[in-house]
Amino acid sequence: MIFPLCFALFVVGLYCALTKRNVIKIVIGLAIMEYAVNLFLVLLGYKKGITLADAQAPIIEPVTNLDDFFMKAVDPLPQALVLTSIVIGLGVTALAIAICIRLYQRYGTFDISEMRRLKG
Amino acid sequence: MGIELIMIIILIFILLGAIIAVEIKDLLSAVISIGVVGFGISIAFLFLQAPDLAIVQIAVETVLLVLLIRATIRRDIKSTHSHINWAGLICVVVLCLGLIGFGYFALQELEFGKPAITRLEEAPSNHYLKQGLTQTGSANIVTSVILDYRAYDTLGEASVLFTAIIGALAILRGIARKKKGGK
Repeated sequence: MIFPLCFALFVVGLYCALTKRNVIKIVIGLAIMEYAVNLFLVLLGYKKGITLADAQAPIIEPVTNLDDFFMKAVDPLPQALVLTSIVIGLGVTALAIAICIRLYQRYGTFDISEMRRLKG
Repeated sequence: MGIELIMIIILIFILLGAIIAVEIKDLLSAVISIGVVGFGISIAFLFLQAPDLAIVQIAVETVLLVLLIRATIRRDIKSTHSHINWAGLICVVVLCLGLIGFGYFALQELEFGKPAITRLEEAPSNHYLKQGLTQTGSANIVTSVILDYRAYDTLGEASVLFTAIIGALAILRGIARKKKGGK
Protein backbone atom coordinates (compact mmCIF):
# COMPACT_ATOMS: atom_id res chain seq x y z
CA MET A 1 0.00 0.00 0.00
CA ILE A 2 2.84 2.42 0.82
CA PHE A 3 4.91 1.99 -2.33
CA PRO A 4 1.90 2.34 -4.68
CA LEU A 5 0.88 5.57 -2.89
CA CYS A 6 4.40 6.89 -3.46
CA PHE A 7 4.12 5.89 -7.10
CA ALA A 8 0.77 7.70 -7.32
CA LEU A 9 2.49 10.87 -6.08
CA PHE A 10 5.01 10.52 -8.90
CA VAL A 11 2.21 10.08 -11.45
CA VAL A 12 0.45 13.21 -10.16
CA GLY A 13 3.64 15.18 -10.82
CA LEU A 14 4.02 13.61 -14.26
CA TYR A 15 0.42 14.50 -15.16
CA CYS A 16 1.00 18.09 -14.03
CA ALA A 17 4.19 18.46 -16.05
CA LEU A 18 2.61 16.99 -19.20
CA THR A 19 -0.77 18.74 -19.34
CA LYS A 20 -0.48 22.20 -17.78
CA ARG A 21 0.16 25.27 -19.93
CA ASN A 22 1.52 27.46 -17.15
CA VAL A 23 5.28 27.24 -16.82
CA ILE A 24 5.11 27.64 -13.03
CA LYS A 25 2.77 24.63 -12.91
CA ILE A 26 5.27 22.64 -14.96
CA VAL A 27 8.03 23.49 -12.46
CA ILE A 28 5.69 22.42 -9.63
CA GLY A 29 5.12 19.08 -11.39
CA LEU A 30 8.86 18.51 -11.69
CA ALA A 31 9.30 19.28 -7.99
CA ILE A 32 6.55 16.81 -7.04
CA MET A 33 8.20 14.05 -9.08
CA GLU A 34 11.52 14.75 -7.40
CA TYR A 35 9.96 14.56 -3.93
CA ALA A 36 8.28 11.26 -4.78
CA VAL A 37 11.53 9.64 -5.92
CA ASN A 38 13.41 10.88 -2.83
CA LEU A 39 10.73 9.55 -0.50
CA PHE A 40 10.68 6.20 -2.33
CA LEU A 41 14.42 5.71 -1.93
CA VAL A 42 14.29 6.45 1.79
CA LEU A 43 11.30 4.11 2.20
CA LEU A 44 13.35 1.31 0.60
CA GLY A 45 16.02 1.58 3.29
CA TYR A 46 13.74 1.42 6.32
CA LYS A 47 14.28 -1.54 8.63
CA LYS A 48 11.15 -2.44 10.56
CA GLY A 49 11.22 -3.81 14.08
CA ILE A 50 8.51 -5.10 16.40
CA THR A 51 7.55 -1.68 17.69
CA LEU A 52 8.09 1.83 16.39
CA ALA A 53 11.14 2.36 18.62
CA ASP A 54 12.93 -0.70 17.25
CA ALA A 55 14.14 1.15 14.19
CA GLN A 56 17.01 3.45 14.91
CA ALA A 57 18.59 6.33 13.04
CA PRO A 58 22.20 5.56 12.02
CA ILE A 59 23.66 7.74 14.76
CA ILE A 60 25.82 6.23 17.50
CA GLU A 61 25.37 7.72 20.96
CA PRO A 62 27.69 7.09 23.92
CA VAL A 63 25.12 4.76 25.52
CA THR A 64 24.53 2.72 22.36
CA ASN A 65 25.27 -0.99 22.38
CA LEU A 66 27.08 -1.57 19.07
CA ASP A 67 25.73 -5.06 18.30
CA ASP A 68 22.23 -3.87 19.08
CA PHE A 69 22.84 -0.83 16.88
CA PHE A 70 23.87 -3.01 13.95
CA MET A 71 20.64 -4.99 14.20
CA LYS A 72 18.37 -1.97 14.52
CA ALA A 73 19.86 0.86 12.45
CA VAL A 74 18.23 1.73 9.14
CA ASP A 75 20.22 1.72 5.90
CA PRO A 76 22.51 4.81 5.83
CA LEU A 77 23.42 4.65 2.14
CA PRO A 78 20.05 5.76 0.64
CA GLN A 79 19.93 8.57 3.18
CA ALA A 80 23.35 9.87 2.13
CA LEU A 81 22.52 9.72 -1.57
CA VAL A 82 19.07 11.29 -1.10
CA LEU A 83 20.74 14.11 0.84
CA THR A 84 22.78 14.83 -2.28
CA SER A 85 19.71 14.50 -4.46
CA ILE A 86 17.65 17.01 -2.43
CA VAL A 87 20.31 19.70 -2.73
CA ILE A 88 20.79 19.10 -6.46
CA GLY A 89 17.00 19.26 -6.88
CA LEU A 90 17.00 22.71 -5.29
CA GLY A 91 19.65 23.89 -7.77
CA VAL A 92 17.75 22.53 -10.76
CA THR A 93 14.45 24.02 -9.60
CA ALA A 94 16.09 27.40 -8.98
CA LEU A 95 17.46 27.34 -12.53
CA ALA A 96 14.00 26.49 -13.92
CA ILE A 97 12.41 29.33 -11.93
CA ALA A 98 15.03 31.75 -13.26
CA ILE A 99 14.10 30.70 -16.79
CA CYS A 100 10.39 31.26 -15.92
CA ILE A 101 11.10 34.79 -14.65
CA ARG A 102 13.07 35.58 -17.81
CA LEU A 103 10.26 34.24 -20.01
CA TYR A 104 7.74 36.42 -18.18
CA GLN A 105 9.91 39.48 -18.75
CA ARG A 106 10.20 38.65 -22.44
CA TYR A 107 6.62 37.67 -23.27
CA GLY A 108 4.50 39.12 -20.45
CA THR A 109 2.76 35.82 -19.73
CA PHE A 110 3.34 32.39 -18.19
CA ASP A 111 1.21 30.63 -20.83
CA ILE A 112 3.37 28.41 -23.02
CA SER A 113 0.85 28.43 -25.87
CA GLU A 114 1.26 32.21 -26.24
CA MET A 115 5.05 32.15 -26.53
CA ARG A 116 4.96 31.95 -30.29
CA ARG A 117 8.40 33.24 -31.00
CA LEU A 118 9.98 30.20 -29.42
CA LYS A 119 8.97 28.23 -32.49
CA GLY A 120 11.59 27.80 -35.15
CA MET B 1 0.15 2.63 15.89
CA GLY B 2 2.45 0.93 13.42
CA ILE B 3 4.77 2.66 11.02
CA GLU B 4 2.67 1.56 8.02
CA LEU B 5 -0.42 3.35 9.29
CA ILE B 6 1.55 6.53 10.01
CA MET B 7 3.17 6.48 6.58
CA ILE B 8 -0.15 5.88 4.81
CA ILE B 9 -1.76 8.82 6.64
CA ILE B 10 1.15 11.13 5.80
CA LEU B 11 1.23 9.94 2.18
CA ILE B 12 -2.50 10.55 1.71
CA PHE B 13 -2.04 14.03 3.18
CA ILE B 14 0.85 14.67 0.76
CA LEU B 15 -1.21 13.34 -2.17
CA LEU B 16 -4.09 15.69 -1.33
CA GLY B 17 -1.68 18.62 -1.19
CA ALA B 18 -0.15 17.62 -4.54
CA ILE B 19 -3.55 17.26 -6.24
CA ILE B 20 -4.64 20.67 -4.93
CA ALA B 21 -1.34 22.21 -6.09
CA VAL B 22 -1.86 20.74 -9.55
CA GLU B 23 -5.52 21.60 -10.04
CA ILE B 24 -6.05 24.99 -8.35
CA LYS B 25 -6.27 28.05 -10.62
CA ASP B 26 -4.57 30.63 -8.45
CA LEU B 27 -0.80 30.39 -8.73
CA LEU B 28 -0.06 31.63 -5.22
CA SER B 29 -2.34 28.97 -3.72
CA ALA B 30 -0.59 26.34 -5.81
CA VAL B 31 2.77 27.47 -4.42
CA ILE B 32 1.48 27.26 -0.85
CA SER B 33 0.15 23.75 -1.56
CA ILE B 34 3.57 22.64 -2.81
CA GLY B 35 4.79 23.75 0.60
CA VAL B 36 2.35 21.24 2.12
CA VAL B 37 3.97 18.50 0.02
CA GLY B 38 7.53 19.45 0.97
CA PHE B 39 6.96 19.80 4.70
CA GLY B 40 4.86 16.62 4.76
CA ILE B 41 7.80 14.78 3.23
CA SER B 42 10.00 16.28 5.92
CA ILE B 43 7.72 14.77 8.60
CA ALA B 44 7.82 11.45 6.77
CA PHE B 45 11.64 11.52 6.87
CA LEU B 46 11.49 12.07 10.63
CA PHE B 47 9.31 8.97 11.08
CA LEU B 48 11.61 6.98 8.78
CA GLN B 49 14.55 7.67 11.15
CA ALA B 50 16.32 10.11 8.83
CA PRO B 51 16.73 13.30 10.90
CA ASP B 52 19.48 14.73 8.67
CA LEU B 53 17.21 14.50 5.66
CA ALA B 54 14.36 16.15 7.55
CA ILE B 55 16.51 19.15 8.45
CA VAL B 56 17.82 19.54 4.89
CA GLN B 57 14.32 19.12 3.46
CA ILE B 58 12.95 21.91 5.67
CA ALA B 59 15.75 24.30 4.65
CA VAL B 60 15.42 23.45 0.94
CA GLU B 61 11.63 23.73 1.01
CA THR B 62 11.78 27.17 2.62
CA VAL B 63 14.21 28.46 0.00
CA LEU B 64 12.10 26.93 -2.77
CA LEU B 65 8.91 28.57 -1.47
CA VAL B 66 10.64 31.96 -1.33
CA LEU B 67 11.87 31.54 -4.91
CA LEU B 68 8.45 30.43 -6.21
CA ILE B 69 6.65 33.27 -4.46
CA ARG B 70 9.20 35.69 -5.90
CA ALA B 71 8.37 34.32 -9.33
CA THR B 72 4.58 34.41 -9.00
CA ILE B 73 3.68 37.37 -6.80
CA ARG B 74 1.81 40.18 -8.56
CA ARG B 75 2.00 38.36 -11.86
CA ASP B 76 -0.43 36.65 -14.16
CA ILE B 77 -3.22 36.14 -11.66
CA LYS B 78 -5.66 35.50 -14.48
CA SER B 79 -5.75 31.85 -15.30
CA THR B 80 -4.67 30.72 -18.72
CA HIS B 81 -7.48 30.55 -21.22
CA SER B 82 -9.19 27.27 -21.39
CA HIS B 83 -9.50 25.63 -24.74
CA ILE B 84 -8.40 22.16 -23.85
CA ASN B 85 -6.78 19.75 -26.26
CA TRP B 86 -9.02 16.81 -25.44
CA ALA B 87 -7.13 14.21 -27.47
CA GLY B 88 -3.85 15.03 -25.74
CA LEU B 89 -5.50 15.12 -22.34
CA ILE B 90 -7.06 11.68 -22.84
CA CYS B 91 -3.71 10.29 -24.00
CA VAL B 92 -1.96 11.64 -20.90
CA VAL B 93 -4.66 10.31 -18.55
CA VAL B 94 -4.49 6.86 -20.14
CA LEU B 95 -0.69 6.93 -19.86
CA CYS B 96 -0.87 7.89 -16.18
CA LEU B 97 -3.46 5.19 -15.40
CA GLY B 98 -1.29 2.64 -17.19
CA LEU B 99 1.70 3.73 -15.14
CA ILE B 100 -0.31 3.38 -11.93
CA GLY B 101 -1.35 -0.15 -12.90
CA PHE B 102 2.22 -1.05 -13.80
CA GLY B 103 3.48 0.34 -10.52
CA TYR B 104 0.83 -1.50 -8.53
CA PHE B 105 1.90 -4.85 -9.89
CA ALA B 106 5.62 -4.12 -10.03
CA LEU B 107 5.83 -2.89 -6.44
CA GLN B 108 3.95 -5.88 -5.03
CA GLU B 109 7.24 -7.77 -4.83
CA LEU B 110 8.92 -5.21 -2.62
CA GLU B 111 8.18 -5.56 1.03
CA PHE B 112 8.23 -2.49 3.23
CA GLY B 113 10.51 -2.74 6.25
CA LYS B 114 12.89 -5.37 4.87
CA PRO B 115 15.74 -3.55 3.09
CA ALA B 116 18.34 -5.32 0.99
CA ILE B 117 20.94 -5.10 3.74
CA THR B 118 19.08 -7.68 5.81
CA ARG B 119 19.30 -10.21 2.95
CA LEU B 120 22.78 -9.46 1.59
CA GLU B 121 25.46 -9.89 4.18
CA GLU B 122 28.20 -8.28 2.04
CA ALA B 123 26.21 -5.15 1.17
CA PRO B 124 28.26 -1.96 1.56
CA SER B 125 25.81 -0.51 4.07
CA ASN B 126 26.57 -3.33 6.50
CA HIS B 127 30.25 -2.49 6.23
CA TYR B 128 29.49 1.19 6.90
CA LEU B 129 27.33 0.35 9.92
CA LYS B 130 29.93 -2.01 11.41
CA GLN B 131 33.15 -0.18 10.64
CA GLY B 132 32.03 3.43 10.28
CA LEU B 133 32.81 4.52 13.80
CA THR B 134 36.29 2.98 13.97
CA GLN B 135 37.34 3.84 10.41
CA THR B 136 36.16 7.43 10.19
CA GLY B 137 35.54 8.51 13.78
CA SER B 138 32.13 9.93 12.96
CA ALA B 139 29.26 9.01 15.26
CA ASN B 140 26.77 9.76 12.50
CA ILE B 141 27.08 7.06 9.85
CA VAL B 142 25.38 9.25 7.22
CA THR B 143 28.08 11.86 7.74
CA SER B 144 30.81 9.27 7.40
CA VAL B 145 29.29 8.06 4.12
CA ILE B 146 28.93 11.58 2.71
CA LEU B 147 32.25 13.03 3.77
CA ASP B 148 34.50 9.98 3.81
CA TYR B 149 33.39 6.84 1.96
CA ARG B 150 31.69 8.68 -0.89
CA ALA B 151 33.29 12.09 -0.73
CA TYR B 152 33.64 12.27 -4.51
CA ASP B 153 29.84 12.22 -4.74
CA THR B 154 29.75 15.27 -2.52
CA LEU B 155 32.36 16.96 -4.70
CA GLY B 156 30.20 16.27 -7.76
CA GLU B 157 27.14 17.58 -5.93
CA ALA B 158 28.96 20.81 -5.10
CA SER B 159 30.01 21.29 -8.70
CA VAL B 160 26.46 20.61 -9.99
CA LEU B 161 25.08 23.12 -7.49
CA PHE B 162 27.72 25.67 -8.50
CA THR B 163 26.89 25.21 -12.18
CA ALA B 164 23.15 25.59 -11.56
CA ILE B 165 23.65 28.80 -9.58
CA ILE B 166 25.99 30.19 -12.27
CA GLY B 167 23.37 29.38 -14.88
CA ALA B 168 20.58 31.03 -12.89
CA LEU B 169 22.69 34.15 -12.40
CA ALA B 170 23.56 34.28 -16.10
CA ILE B 171 19.89 33.99 -17.04
CA LEU B 172 18.64 36.51 -14.51
CA ARG B 173 21.31 39.10 -15.22
CA GLY B 174 20.10 42.06 -17.28
CA ILE B 175 21.00 42.68 -20.86
CA ALA B 176 24.66 41.98 -21.43
CA ARG B 177 27.06 44.82 -21.93
CA LYS B 178 26.95 46.24 -25.42
CA LYS B 179 29.96 45.70 -27.59
CA LYS B 180 32.28 48.58 -28.25
CA GLY B 181 31.76 50.25 -31.61
CA GLY B 182 34.65 48.97 -33.71
CA LYS B 183 34.28 45.25 -33.07
